[in-house]
Amino acid sequence: MKSSGVIGRTLGWVDDRTGLVAVTEHAMFHKVPRSAKWWYVFGSATLMFFIVQLVTGVLLTTLFVPSAAEAYQSLVYIDEKIPMGWMLRALHGWSSNAMCIMMLIHMTQIFLHGTYKYPRELTWVAGVALCVTTLGLAFTGQIMRWDANAYWGLGIGAAIVDRVPLIGNWLRSVVLGGPDISGATLSRFFALHVFILPGTAIGLIGLHLILVLKGGISEMPKVGQPVEPETYREEYEGRVKKTGVPFFPDAARRDMVFCGAALIGLIGLAAWYGPFGPGPLPSPTIIEVAPRPDGLFLWLFAVLALLPPDTETFLILVGPPVGIAFLAALPFISPRGERAPSRRPISVIILCIIVTALAVLTWLGETSPWSPVMKAWTSIPTPVEYVRGRSPLELQGAIQLQYAQCRNCHSIGGEGGERGPALDDVATRLNWDQLVRQIQQGGGNMPAYGKNLSSAETEALVAFLSTLDGGHLPARIPGAMERQPGRDQSPTADPRAEGESDADADTVAAR
Amino acid sequence: MSERPSEESTGVDSASANSSEADGCEGCEAAKGGGRRGFLFAAGTTLLTVGGGLAAVPIVGVAIGPAEAGDPNRWISLGKATDFKIGETVLVKFTNPWDSPTDGDTNENVCYVRCIDHATFQVFAVTCAHLGCPVEWFAQSRLFMCPCHGGVYYEDGARASGPPPRGLYEYVWRVEDGSFEILGGRLPGLQEST
Ligand code: FES
Repeated sequence: MKSSGVIGRTLGWVDDRTGLVAVTEHAMFHKVPRSAKWWYVFGSATLMFFIVQLVTGVLLTTLFVPSAAEAYQSLVYIDEKIPMGWMLRALHGWSSNAMCIMMLIHMTQIFLHGTYKYPRELTWVAGVALCVTTLGLAFTGQIMRWDANAYWGLGIGAAIVDRVPLIGNWLRSVVLGGPDISGATLSRFFALHVFILPGTAIGLIGLHLILVLKGGISEMPKVGQPVEPETYREEYEGRVKKTGVPFFPDAARRDMVFCGAALIGLIGLAAWYGPFGPGPLPSPTIIEVAPRPDGLFLWLFAVLALLPPDTETFLILVGPPVGIAFLAALPFISPRGERAPSRRPISVIILCIIVTALAVLTWLGETSPWSPVMKAWTSIPTPVEYVRGRSPLELQGAIQLQYAQCRNCHSIGGEGGERGPALDDVATRLNWDQLVRQIQQGGGNMPAYGKNLSSAETEALVAFLSTLDGGHLPARIPGAMERQPGRDQSPTADPRAEGESDADADTVAAR
Repeated sequence: MSERPSEESTGVDSASANSSEADGCEGCEAAKGGGRRGFLFAAGTTLLTVGGGLAAVPIVGVAIGPAEAGDPNRWISLGKATDFKIGETVLVKFTNPWDSPTDGDTNENVCYVRCIDHATFQVFAVTCAHLGCPVEWFAQSRLFMCPCHGGVYYEDGARASGPPPRGLYEYVWRVEDGSFEILGGRLPGLQEST
């Protein structure tokens, strides 16, 4: 505190009593490597979005009622009655996504550049703990949006907890605060979302920042400059002393530009797209819902659909802890050596695999081809060309196809479920007998309709299906595309034969 | 411990400099030694432990209380047994036998009742045996379908296809004086016997 003005004297006094001025000065003006440029802005952006979350979150707690009886109405009230309330919710929701994305980019960069190596192992471990906490905040935040997705999402969480061996059922009651999802459940998740997890995050962020200051900001990795714990510190300090720049303002300039732009982007997104939900009412009696998690967890939704049933419980329960433990152990598995990505091909390959897998799973989660389209049977029309010129029996079959909910899992004309194969060319793949067998006995993920359809209904259905040849595709197996055995073909004009000669139509039918 | 550490040694700065403590921390010395300081240390430790233990009773009690509350299941009437149409499966609402002022809609619940005849029923939970999404009944194809990961069940609740590891959960039911009742209250799960 060399300055002798009033400000200088005040700062000197504060520093004398608290020591905080020196600490702040060190944090602001410590030297950082000159090479710390745009790659280094994502951590700051994550922190900025966290601060946005704190501020908007505190305000939301003044408006949101964490009671299952009133939460939904209070959300609607915030959106519709509180001036700018919708914007507050929108900011909180969008900033949550932005924070998670910035955090993941930040982690990716740290991994790619080998920054977790000596002496920054614990900075990384604290970061992994922060990542888990942040994802916890995102999940519990979805519960605060007390709608159908939140309610049934809790049900899925409860079913997963219930699978823990021995104590699963006990643990489920602790998590839910009772024998079923109820007011107590929302209260418990509110405590997690508003007190426990943010408190943990604040503590971990403090630790993370102290460790960043202690270890120093890493340089951009250089080929041929491996990390040797014996000499690293000395060399790093030497280089930073010689060529480093003060964090503020030199390095912080880029953080400021990026964070400012990101903040404006956030406000734009929030203003344009508005808040998330709330969706349909969270009532256990409204079951015509298709619960979906938010975008961030869509990959998890896909995983749960795609895991083989017999290993599912094991993988759901053991996978995440092992994954997190492995992430945290990374710097101890590989504490030294080259940091440059070009010298760490295995790490780069692993990263590519993880990113690709997450992207593909997220896309699958978004399209969820395994889910039946529950309303397809009543809401999607039958394509006109599929009924034109069909016999009464075949037309009855077309109705049966809708009526028996076949289209919830099978598409025709590009519309309907994707759980089973599309039926547009089913007649080229299965002959009459095989169609009957498939419908009656099911198999290959299809339920058996044997007991549920009368023989007349089955016959009509098969008669219709055997006209679906994908628009003149040739039969792919012997006997396919023969109409009902022994049936007189003549009354049916082939629907696709318009303009063609009868002979052609017959050839098609007989093929 | 013939020579007691001077009083100044409690100061943070001078503690490490005090030669009499070079072989151990001050607390350890005090804990081991007798006399007033040893007594105070032991008393402090004991009081804190007892106090912490006492405070833990309500804290842990409330935290895990819901799991220790005993069996929440009660007989719940769903109406007259003869009101159900033979051969039909219907969605029936009921109210949880336990509640709190903040439950709101979650206090309501639903189940599927399949009436085979007026003395034979099946009562299914709406929650899928895979991961608990609500299954929907389709009377035309006589199937239950799950909107989440595509689990399908037959009308008797047996698993038809998809990821569920078993058939639908069933409630225990009885007909008492013509009233059709189920034993409900707890969210069914894989670890329940039904
Ligand atoms: S929850 Fe029903 S199939 Fe997964």
